[in-house]
Formats: sequence, structure tokens, C-alpha cells
Amino acid sequence: MKDLQLKSQRFRAEREGDWRRLEGLLARVEGRSAAGLTDQELLAIPVLYRATLSSLSVARATSLDHSLIDYLESLSTRAYFFVYGARAGIRQRLGRFFGETWPASVKALWRETLVSFAITAAATVVGYFLVINDPSWYGGLIPGGLAEGRDPTATTAFLRHTLYDSGGKTPLAALAAYLFSHNAQIAIFAFALGFAFCLPTAFLLAQNGLTLGAMFAVFASHGLGFQLGGWIFIHGVTELYAIILGGAAGFRIGWRVAFPGDRSRLDAAAEAGRSAAPVIAGVVLMLVVAGLLEGFARQLIQQDWARYAIAGTTLVIWLGYFYLPRRRWRPA
Amino acid sequence: MTVTGSAPAPGASQLRELVTPEGIDLRLRVGTAGERAAAFMLDAVFIIATLVVFILLLGAAVAALASLGVEEVRDGLGSAVFIVGLLGFFVLRNFYFVLFELGTRAATPGKRILSLRVAARDGGRLTSEAVFARNAMREIEVFLPLTFLAASGSAGGDPIAGWVVLLGILWTGGFALFPLFNRDRLRVGDFVAGTWVVKSPRQKLTIDLLDALESTRGAFTFTPDQASAYGIKELHVLEDVLRRKDPKTMAAVAERIRAKIAWRREAGETDAGFLAAYYGALRGRLETRLLFGHRRKDKFDKA
Repeated sequence: MKDLQLKSQRFRAEREGDWRRLEGLLARVEGRSAAGLTDQELLAIPVLYRATLSSLSVARATSLDHSLIDYLESLSTRAYFFVYGARAGIRQRLGRFFGETWPASVKALWRETLVSFAITAAATVVGYFLVINDPSWYGGLIPGGLAEGRDPTATTAFLRHTLYDSGGKTPLAALAAYLFSHNAQIAIFAFALGFAFCLPTAFLLAQNGLTLGAMFAVFASHGLGFQLGGWIFIHGVTELYAIILGGAAGFRIGWRVAFPGDRSRLDAAAEAGRSAAPVIAGVVLMLVVAGLLEGFARQLIQQDWARYAIAGTTLVIWLGYFYLPRRRWRPA
Repeated sequence: MTVTGSAPAPGASQLRELVTPEGIDLRLRVGTAGERAAAFMLDAVFIIATLVVFILLLGAAVAALASLGVEEVRDGLGSAVFIVGLLGFFVLRNFYFVLFELGTRAATPGKRILSLRVAARDGGRLTSEAVFARNAMREIEVFLPLTFLAASGSAGGDPIAGWVVLLGILWTGGFALFPLFNRDRLRVGDFVAGTWVVKSPRQKLTIDLLDALESTRGAFTFTPDQASAYGIKELHVLEDVLRRKDPKTMAAVAERIRAKIAWRREAGETDAGFLAAYYGALRGRLETRLLFGHRRKDKFDKA
């Protein structure tokens, strides 16, 4: 061993081995996953991490080697994020999400969900009466592309045909995929828009409701209201519910940002964001289901009552899953 | 020494306190707006490149299918290609960031290149909810402004549509530029998710200068007065100069120090050798004082 002059040099020579070992382990962990390490190595990381932290505090107090302190700071930070980071397996995360996080977070948003539902329902009623009384409103409420000829001037036969003919030549799976990605994007959008103090989210929901109401008015004026209900609600229960939940999550964020209460705006927003995020992740899943129902079930099932039965079943399933009391989820 | 006065060290405004449960402040640095923007641009390039490759592959698949004769098979596979394309685009747009940030390094490739990572602001675990929330917000930070920009092309000569689009761009520009208006460079997503983006450099342990200079020691002896002409700040500047090894700077710095401590240059004395020896003497002196509780900040500090 060399003749080391300064205490800080001797300190470094003594501890350097531990640091390098921690650095090597971290590089392997960050490269792949914790699965690449043996149990012994995994257990060594927290020990080495604490040793490095103590080195850091000694070095700050006694060493004037700037690059050494920088090195120890960056090594400690990397190790800190690993030691205190989330390392639950994917199966455990999913189990927790479906068993607890998702239903609990939906339940916690019940007030916003009611508001969201009320806006959609009110807009639907308004849209319905506007078009029933004056069909010229229809063009203003529904963009031409969406109407696809289903406007007040259409014949009863044509409207009936749109309800029962299986959507022309588009393959069902492709239709389902398209509907899903389109609707999921809208739901995520409704959530994000909530940040702008709720108003754009409310607008999006109202527009959705108006479209629905106007569509009903057209079909009802031809005596096809009941049939349209089956056509819409077979997937619409899931889809509308998902969009209402997306809006609710947006409302939660916008409301807490605007009125943080006795907490700082920053904390209130962060808490609202975290509590609402699982709802949106779940909404994306609900829209997968809605897309499948819309793409497949609606085209394959032609009886109105069967369509209503499926709609009712999905509603019961969703409500039960979200709102029925349940035991705390425990990892298996 | 060239640095005088008490100007804050470079990057001091980015330093943030993060006290670990062991009670030690890690002194994190938040990423600057420039780094954040650069990381995002890189990620955008990666996403677009992936998309282009993806579309080319799908195009090749469609072309290959078109050469097949059987119509049913062709239709079936054609719609499969359509579905894969649609869902692939959806996943890329919404989950590129989420999936990478859920990994051990909590960073997308763009952030890794700039040695950034996402962390929870309270120092706790970075939850998947937080990652999801911060990235869902990109909808209004990125895609909404883009929509309005795209609409500005289609507004044409209609003055009202033009004004609406302009207002839209101003409104959504506020979301996109949100990080510029707060100290921690939080974007809307960070704000909502309780996260921030910090530097996480992978620093290599460089050699201790004193070890490297072992050979030059001995030829120089400094008196205690000479060895305590400077403080810690000057020591760190000297360390940087020695590590950078730029002959011009070393000559200039050596000249300043010789003048300050009234050192007579001897025959055969190199600037590098002198600086190295002086670094050793100064650090030894200052560290000894440190052990006795005197932290001498800079040369003006009389402690």
C-alpha cells in the first residue's frame, strides 16, 4: 500500500471497494431487472446503500475532493431510488389494481360521477327536445360524418336498416378496434381537460349528450325509439359509463386545482391526480369491452330484447363491481 | 485565481433538498427546461421513427397479402393488419412514456440520454398511478396544441375561424409552456401527479488527484502561510483546472498563484507540477482545519 498522506485519501482507499461493488450491482439492476441478481446480492444492496450514505456524509464533512463528493452523491441517489422504489411484480400490481385500486378509486369519485351523469343526461334531454320541436337543429348538433345519412329527412326503412344491418363490409374486429381507440382517446382527453378548471370537460360531456338526444329524436319521430335504445345501450351502457367516469376524473382534478381547500394547490392537485388516475386506466379497459360489444355483439344479436338484456347485465356487473362493499384485497 | 466575489455556484438554483429516511440530504438537481425539452424531442423522434418503421412493415405486409390470390384469406389478413396498425398507434401514443417510466430507471430513452429520471416529489415511491396521471396529461400539453396548430392550416380565409384558432393556440400554449412558469420546471402532468424530473447522472469515480500526483511531491515545500492563501472555493477551481489539463489555463493560474504566495520559480519547474504540488498542500491544510471545525469558504474567509 502506498503511503497515503491525507486522512481523506485513506478514507477513500478504505471504502472504495464497497462503492464500486454497489455501482456494479446497480448497473446490473438498471440494465435488466432485479431478477438478474441472486438473493444474496439483492440483500447486499440496502447494506451497501447505507454504507455509501454514511461515506457521503463523512466525505462532506472531511474531504475537499469535489469529484469524490459528486460521485458519492450520484451513487447514493441511484441506490436510493432503487432501495425505496416500487419493485412489485407485474402480477401483483395487476392483482392489486383489479382487486382494490380500481373499484376503490371509482367509488371515491361518486360525487363527480353523479355530476358527470347529470350533465350527460340533461344534455341528452335538451338535445332530444330541440330536435323533436325543430328538426333544423339536428345539423347543428351532429356532425355530418357521424350522421351517415341518419337525419330527419331519412325514411323509416333506411333508419330501420341502419339498426339491423351489420355495418356493410367492414370486418367486425376492425370496427371494434377502431371504436375502442377512438373512444379511449376521448376519455383520456376528458380527463386531461379537467385541469382547465372543469369547464372543457363539462362541454365535452354535454356535446356527447346532445348528440345522443338528437339521434333519439330522429329515430323516435319514426317510431323507432325503442329499437334505437337496444342498438345503443348494448354497448352504450359500458361506453357512456366509461366516458362519464372519464369526465368525473377530470372534474376531480379541475375542482381540486381551483379549490384546494386547506392544502397547498400543489399537494391538492397531486392527490387528486393520483386518486383519479386509476379510474382512467380502468376507463380504457371498459372501452375495450365496449368496443368488443359494439363491434361484435351488436352486429351478431338482432333482437331488441336480447340487446336490452345484455345492456342491463353489463350495467349490473359494473355497478356491483364498483360500488358493492368488499373485503380488503390481500396479495395471495 | 480567476473567480472572485460570492457569485452562487453554477446550477445552485436547481439544487433541491431530498432527505432520505436515514437523514441525509441527497441534494437533487431538477432538470432544466432545456434538458426537458431536449428529452421530449428525442422521445418524439423515437416515437415517429417507430411509427414509420411500423407503417412500412404493415405496408409490406399488405403488399404481400395483395399478391395472394384467395379473397377470403386476403380480406381476413387485411383487417388483421388494420387492427394491428390501429392498436399499435394507440399504444405508442398513450403508453410509450408510461411503460418506460414504470421501469427500474423511471425514464424514457430520451430522458436516459440526458440522464434524467422521474421521481415522486415527496421522496416516496413512484407509483404507477402517478406515472399514468402525468402522461395522460400530455393529451392537453402536446396533442391539443398540435390540434389547434393543424387547424390553423385549415382555417383558410375565414376571419372568425382564424380568431378561434388563435385563441385556442394561446390557451393551449399556456399548458405546453407551463414548466417555464414555475421554479421546479413542473409540467402540467408533474403538477397533477405529484412528480418531478431530476438529474440522475451516472458519475464515474475519477482518480484522486493526490494519488496521481504522488510522483511530483517532494520537490516543493510550502510554508504554512503559503499553504493557507486560499479557501475551499479556490481549491475546487484548482481541482477543475488540474482535471481539465489545458496548458494555457494552467500557465495562467500558476502565474496568479505564484504572484499571490510570492513563490520564486525554480529552474525546470513545470506549471503542472507546481499546481499539483500546491493542490496537495492546500487541500492538506484545509482538510486539517476542517477536522478542527473550521470550514474556510474562500480566500476572503478569515476563519
